[in-house]
Amino acid sequence: MTAVLGRPADPAADPVVDRPRRWAAPPRPAWEEKPGGAGLAGKSLVLTLACLGVLFPLWIVLVTSLSSRKTIDEAGGLVMVPKGITFVAYRELLSGGQVTRAALVSIVVTLVGTVFSMTVSVLCAYGLSRSGSLGHRWILMVLMATMFFSAGLIPTYLLVQSLGLTDTYLALILPSAVSVFNILVLRGFFMGISPELTDSARIDGAGDIRILWQIVMPLSRAVLAVITLFYAVGYWSAWFNASLYLNEQDMMPLQNVMIQLVQKQEAPVGLGQAIKTGELSGLAVQMAVMVMALLPVAVLSPFVQKHFRKGMLTGAVKG
Amino acid sequence: MSHSTVPRSRAEADMTATPAASGDATGSRDRRRAARPSLRLRFGRDRVLLLMTLPAVVLLLLFNYLPILGNIVAFEDYDPYVSDNGVVSILHSPWVGLANFQQIFQDSAFWNAMWNTLVLFVLQLVLYFPVPILLALLINSVVRPRVRAVAQAVLYLPHFFSWVLVVAVFQQLLGGAGLFSQLMRQHGFDGLDIMTDPDTFKFLVTAQSVWKDAGWGIIVFLAALASVSPDLYEAAAMDGAGRRRRMWHVTLPALRPVIALLLVLRVGDALTVGFEQILLQRDAVGPGASEVLDTFVWWNGVRNQDFGYAAAAGLVKGVVSIGLVLAANKVAHLMGEQGVYRK
Repeated sequence: MTAVLGRPADPAADPVVDRPRRWAAPPRPAWEEKPGGAGLAGKSLVLTLACLGVLFPLWIVLVTSLSSRKTIDEAGGLVMVPKGITFVAYRELLSGGQVTRAALVSIVVTLVGTVFSMTVSVLCAYGLSRSGSLGHRWILMVLMATMFFSAGLIPTYLLVQSLGLTDTYLALILPSAVSVFNILVLRGFFMGISPELTDSARIDGAGDIRILWQIVMPLSRAVLAVITLFYAVGYWSAWFNASLYLNEQDMMPLQNVMIQLVQKQEAPVGLGQAIKTGELSGLAVQMAVMVMALLPVAVLSPFVQKHFRKGMLTGAVKG
Repeated sequence: MSHSTVPRSRAEADMTATPAASGDATGSRDRRRAARPSLRLRFGRDRVLLLMTLPAVVLLLLFNYLPILGNIVAFEDYDPYVSDNGVVSILHSPWVGLANFQQIFQDSAFWNAMWNTLVLFVLQLVLYFPVPILLALLINSVVRPRVRAVAQAVLYLPHFFSWVLVVAVFQQLLGGAGLFSQLMRQHGFDGLDIMTDPDTFKFLVTAQSVWKDAGWGIIVFLAALASVSPDLYEAAAMDGAGRRRRMWHVTLPALRPVIALLLVLRVGDALTVGFEQILLQRDAVGPGASEVLDTFVWWNGVRNQDFGYAAAAGLVKGVVSIGLVLAANKVAHLMGEQGVYRK
């Protein structure tokens, strides 16, 4: 690969260029060769193909979900070019019934779970971030050890069952509420905040909770956003715990309903009529559920994207 | 997966120094220890901090440590109907010693799952592992900040999709009724159902993994590339190194520790290959081609309610995995890399 290397080496801090020049290349150091035409073309091609490989399936799903039955039939299945956009599928899905309920379940579990996980994680990360505090090394070891082993599916299943969590939403939240990885990332950031700042607050009479709330947390907004996204995506995407611990069809979150719709090609309860009368294509319904499942994630993650590298670096490379 | 994390150590702190690590340096720790106040004083001082860690510690003890004891069912003929409560059932089930393990090692389904797991691991190592490295080199060579940002945003995206969604997307495109089949039929070929073909299933799974997570894997390598000093490139260029030689002598050595670390983590995780992903497709392909150790445990335990047998299989997997981590780390040490933890 004809890499053009040696440009200012901190892409984490991509230079803020004036608006009209944003797409332009920054100046090259004198010693660096100009890239060749073939190399540049090859690079652009591979990058474009990679991005299209990600976006094309999503495009198909989105367009098909917005198509009328007629368009879908004409295309013989999935639609590639949008024509006669209609929101029937979404209207049907969101007008009460199974999918609406599942979406609500997912939203509530995600909100409650994320708030719970963040509270526990931030408290723990701060508690472990003051170096020299009593026992923090031991607690850290207890935490990190869990990253190298897991107790196994069966014992965990039996435990959750014994605690009486089966068929409760707590079973979707508690067993995987804390991620040690996320705690370590948060802790890394909290430790990076200069001690002069927290010490001076302490001299002014602030306790640990006040320092955390008024000094540490406002300074770590970026990493808090990243970790919140990680937790929220985790709760939103989870289906396995629900399939293990929930028996009631009415309690199932969106992902589990999506499996049933897409894999078993079932029509959602209450929608069969609309499909039979021909207003609505079953395919559009499946696609609409998929869009509902991916939309929050696809909308939120780009906003947090610029902080990913910092967060993952502290977590993954340095621990 | 949260496995991509490593313990903090001094050498790692040196590798990419940020202020976060400086407080942990070993030298200052010894000095601090000498001037340490009494335990009672420290407890009084730090009790709020301890209290803060409590919820997380309790949750981990409850859901990560306590179930370890539950592995005792691997040595029992566990009967879930003795009582409503799993723990009570554990106490009342008959003890069978190693019978479950004996049975497992004679079970061809177990060895089939083991074989599938290992084949998938090797496939992913060969076809998946290099992709993020190559993509990172590619993105790193893009100079325009906007192009980089857009490409990264697009490539990161699938990482945040659930496996349900990824499998569904693949099914809509490559399944028997999917887009690809339609196009082939429209052009006079036979339709093709890649989603249910046992022969190509392992490649399909690998392709799904690449689609979902290769973009996300870039981050670590980009970070390593970003920490290379531009002076090195300039010096190399002054000495007459062309683009390719700079890549070989500056860029790749910079990636070496990260690659070694991720390889170790990957090998340590060899027996865990895409549990959710494969479970979702198990029915379509059949267990012959798709069963891996994790789904074997799920099938026997959760589905067939043969808890003792499944727990024994899970225990075998866990023990072998820990052995693999230790061995892989040892190899990394021998190669002069620091691996996951230091001796």
